[in-house]
Amino acid sequence: MEILSPEEIADSFKTTLRDGFIDAKIHRCEVAVRKNIFSTIWIYVKGEAFREAVEHLCKLQEHPHLAMISSCDLGEHIELIYHFTIYYGRHLEELSLGLRVNLPKSDLKIPTITDIIPGALFTERETQEMMGVEVVGIPDKRRLFLPEDFPEGVYPWRTDEKGPPDDVLRVLPGREPK
Amino acid sequence: MMPGETKKATYTIPIGPIHPALKEPVRLALSVDGEEIVDVDVFVGQVHRGIEWLGMNRNNPIQTIYLAERVCGICNICHPFAFVMAVEHATGITPPARAEYIRTIIAEMERIHSHLLWAGVAAHEIGFDTIFYLAWRVREEIMDLMEYVTGNRITKAMFQIGGVRRDITEEQFPRIRKSLDYYKSLFDQLKRVFLDDRTIRMRTKNVGILKKEDALKLLTVGPTARASGVTKDVRQDQPYAAYADLDIKAITPDMVSGTVIGDVYDRIIVRLLEVKQSIEIIEQCLEKMPPGPILAQPKMAVLLKTLTEAEGDGIGRAEAPRGEVIHYVRLEAGRETLTNWRIRAPTYVNLMCVPLILNGGQIADVPIAFASIDPCLSCTNRTVITDQALGERSVMDYEEMHRLSIQKTRELQR
Repeated sequence: MEILSPEEIADSFKTTLRDGFIDAKIHRCEVAVRKNIFSTIWIYVKGEAFREAVEHLCKLQEHPHLAMISSCDLGEHIELIYHFTIYYGRHLEELSLGLRVNLPKSDLKIPTITDIIPGALFTERETQEMMGVEVVGIPDKRRLFLPEDFPEGVYPWRTDEKGPPDDVLRVLPGREPK
Repeated sequence: MMPGETKKATYTIPIGPIHPALKEPVRLALSVDGEEIVDVDVFVGQVHRGIEWLGMNRNNPIQTIYLAERVCGICNICHPFAFVMAVEHATGITPPARAEYIRTIIAEMERIHSHLLWAGVAAHEIGFDTIFYLAWRVREEIMDLMEYVTGNRITKAMFQIGGVRRDITEEQFPRIRKSLDYYKSLFDQLKRVFLDDRTIRMRTKNVGILKKEDALKLLTVGPTARASGVTKDVRQDQPYAAYADLDIKAITPDMVSGTVIGDVYDRIIVRLLEVKQSIEIIEQCLEKMPPGPILAQPKMAVLLKTLTEAEGDGIGRAEAPRGEVIHYVRLEAGRETLTNWRIRAPTYVNLMCVPLILNGGQIADVPIAFASIDPCLSCTNRTVITDQALGERSVMDYEEMHRLSIQKTRELQR
């Protein structure tokens, strides 16, 4: 397997995704006494090009490691970041690669990647129940962490009107609610 | 459950969610065909405490370090470790080199104590309590050492954004070396007990097998993945802190046995060798530790102001005793709390391989096979056995399961 530099990886995404590619940022830092340099790559893609981006990633590394999906409510839209690592198993050569997708709140849908990476199931289920992003084609639609009696349509990670209402938050005695 | 009561072949056996002897609750639903397990479903969420929410709504980033420390009682180093690295990544603060070495030393101490704790639990699960007592007695030495170095046995409060809060001085080195020598002198004995003992071999060889291909597909991390032959270790692949100065190699079971099977026995080999590796890492760190300050910004008020004004996001990845821990942090200028904080502990991904580990095994193998991934939320207090055909329920508690497990050991010993 050929190992590409962070710039080459960013370029390969650009040529593969064409219009679906928005931007790429590379962050480098030095560690400890020997000052080895490590890179984190952020790839910004459009929602419709997301699956193609993951398929392209599988060409760079046979089994890309998906650590988790983090999601953030940014007001008008929701940002999902798929935290991957590639080139693992080799001393000093692993790269962290985050695929970032912005979804407008009017159309919160993202295709599943469990057919490509079966282990993505838990984190997709969590994103679905906690953030209210519909994962299209997910093989297991059940909740993961939330109890069965938790109300429908309330998503704990949201900061808008779909977030947890004030009456479900318990304030400790003697404290003012924020 | 009497064998004669069985009318139809398939039962569903829910296990859990609470058992006081283990760390955290989880529920497993086993479908069994006679003694053989054919399908497993995992239910989590019984201890969802909203820690991320507190970090995003109540605490400032410095207070959040102490919250991160309380994510887990056993991994109380790796969570603040990953968290401070994520904040440093987001803000560009670089900790001094000496702090990187101190972080590494205490992280490795945590690995030694966690692996010994696991070894004791695993022995208890197969009904070999002599080894359980031995392992936990041996573990006391590292707990005392951690108390000596950090002032506390459990929540050590060593981490700070941009460094550590306490130094390890030259005068403390002899005491640390004494403990390391103690473990080195014991290592051969521990190896003999865990790898050559007939009972342990019988109960762990070819039990709970996870193939390399499955481990890669299900994103398994830590010793569970390494025991299946995946050479994945954050300390080797993308070394952080002082690991970047050391040449660390991921441990796989073929270093001892020559082959990789991916069973419970291989997981014992990996954890045992990692204890030895941790001792070597601490020794190298003590030798190479550079002089200098331990904090990038000793004034807390200034640090807090920097964090409030900072804008950006970052990730921190650390190799916990159970595998990779990853924290994602997003900071917004003018906001005191974090805008976004996501934690992913290793058990989160490792639970997905539990069905594969348990499938095809026997009910008596469930305690040891499930414990072999070292789940940070566990296990089998009470089992309700539902006879689907008759609609009858009978209760099998943890003691009964444990008794079955011991019985199997005794039968094999005959």
